[in-house]
Amino acid sequence: MSVKQESVIDQIKSTYDVYKIREDFPILKTRIRNKPLCYFDNAATTQKPQQVLDIVDNYYTSMNSNIHRGVHYLSNLATDAYEDARKKVKSFINAASEKEIIFTKGTTEGINLVANSFGRKFLKEGDEIIISNMEHHSNIVPWQFLCNEKKAKLKIIPIDDRGAIIFDEFLKLVSDRTKLISVVYISNSLGTVNPVKEIIEIAHKYNIPVLLDAAQTVNHRPVNVEELDCDFLAFSGHKLYGPTGIGVLYGKEKLLEAMSPFMGGGDMISKVTFEETTFNELPFKFEAGTSNIAGAIGLGAAIDYVSSIGMEKIAAHEASLLEYATQRLKEVPGLKIIGNAKYKSGVISFIFYNIHPHDVGTLLDYEGIAIRTGHHCTQPVMERYNIPATSRASFGLYNTIEEVDILVDALKKVIEVFNA
Amino acid sequence: MLDPELRDLYQEVILDHNKSPRNFKKLETANRTAEGYNPLCGDKIDIFIDVEDGVVKNISFQGSGCAISKASASLMSTIVKGKTVEEAKSLFEKFHNLITGKLDENASIEELGKLAVLAGVKEFPVRVKCASLAWHTMLTALKNENKTVTTE
Repeated sequence: MSVKQESVIDQIKSTYDVYKIREDFPILKTRIRNKPLCYFDNAATTQKPQQVLDIVDNYYTSMNSNIHRGVHYLSNLATDAYEDARKKVKSFINAASEKEIIFTKGTTEGINLVANSFGRKFLKEGDEIIISNMEHHSNIVPWQFLCNEKKAKLKIIPIDDRGAIIFDEFLKLVSDRTKLISVVYISNSLGTVNPVKEIIEIAHKYNIPVLLDAAQTVNHRPVNVEELDCDFLAFSGHKLYGPTGIGVLYGKEKLLEAMSPFMGGGDMISKVTFEETTFNELPFKFEAGTSNIAGAIGLGAAIDYVSSIGMEKIAAHEASLLEYATQRLKEVPGLKIIGNAKYKSGVISFIFYNIHPHDVGTLLDYEGIAIRTGHHCTQPVMERYNIPATSRASFGLYNTIEEVDILVDALKKVIEVFNA
Repeated sequence: MLDPELRDLYQEVILDHNKSPRNFKKLETANRTAEGYNPLCGDKIDIFIDVEDGVVKNISFQGSGCAISKASASLMSTIVKGKTVEEAKSLFEKFHNLITGKLDENASIEELGKLAVLAGVKEFPVRVKCASLAWHTMLTALKNENKTVTTE
């Protein structure tokens, strides 16, 4: 191990007690075939700390009730807890108002909401929407639906061999025909951190709103919507150490006001007659039906949890893990990392020329290591690099240097089996 | 040391067929072809068959996939060659029962020959599709339906 690597480890250990943090996550004590679980599938979903589990349990045990309009004690308790969670989200991303925080079931619903409510209202034939080559399918398919319906065009920002978007090509795509730009902040399959602030600045010169897919961002670094000046931002609770089935769409109040509701139903209305319906105010206009109340409250607890550690510290810890792992994976013969952008988050996608990711995944599973194999819902990325799939290790706030060592040793064993 | 269950899955024969797949080429004389696709893992396979008088005279494949899917395709190509279309179909039925653990204990696996090395797949339900992709694709080709098969 180099002196530099040792200093990296020392730095992590001195400022961040990862072993104490791990105590908060009961599932991390799991043993798989008598080996300790090394959970490196955090880009798919993260594990939940006891603090989140307790809050969700407490909601169902002592508070369960439907929110808003209830006149009884429990309903008031639940409503307060649900709205309190919204306040936490607002502070967490530094939104201007709680009206800008819409609870969804996840990032996918947030993007679909914008495609339906903004896109269907403001898009015309011949208009264009810009996305990038590294989008998750959830930031491709909704726009295809919309473009097909409106006879609009989907424009794609190309990416280079290292996995970064080609900014000059982006500049060429922006025009008066562009009605929306929707890009991923951090790529789930490449780990690339996109220059979203620069993209937003350019877009705003043309008065084009920008939607950021922040599913892989809010859990890894501080996000400040005011500073970014993004118009929409979507993320999921379950990747932020919270429950599944809850997510957030942030939108600037002015834009949300101008948009029509996405779904019709209870809670989103102000007055209903058979002739017409007037809609409720923001954010309730976009929250038809009974929300995932426990999920929202759990997300609030998850935000409290990561905030108590500090997003900057989490980012630094994961950056050190990324640096250490990238370095150590060089020891594994034949391993090629896909995604080598200058600015990267804690995601490492890799391939072997003669070993399929599925086989890597199965062999690692027997070492207690959870990674993801496949196209990671980013088939255009796989096509771009002419590969069927990758293996992906993605880091979370509880991963350790020792776990990276276990991964590297296990990969060396995989090679022995296949190259024997 | 490799776990015994893993060793059952990745037997030497499988690793060998993965490394040096048999009949891995395009068959110019093919009169039946089909494309198979497993959207879950991106595995793709093209099957080429030359059928004459109801007999598989020659068969080959191309594509990319995991060791299980590649070895299964390679083994299939060696065992099906020379068999009648009906024999190939009944072989698949037996093979499918083998990898899903539904094969009658008393059933003879002699007919399956080297295919028996894929029995370890039954302990790995998510890999059944890998092992059966080539077979599904072959059946489609034999039906002379020139279309893409998916495992989903």
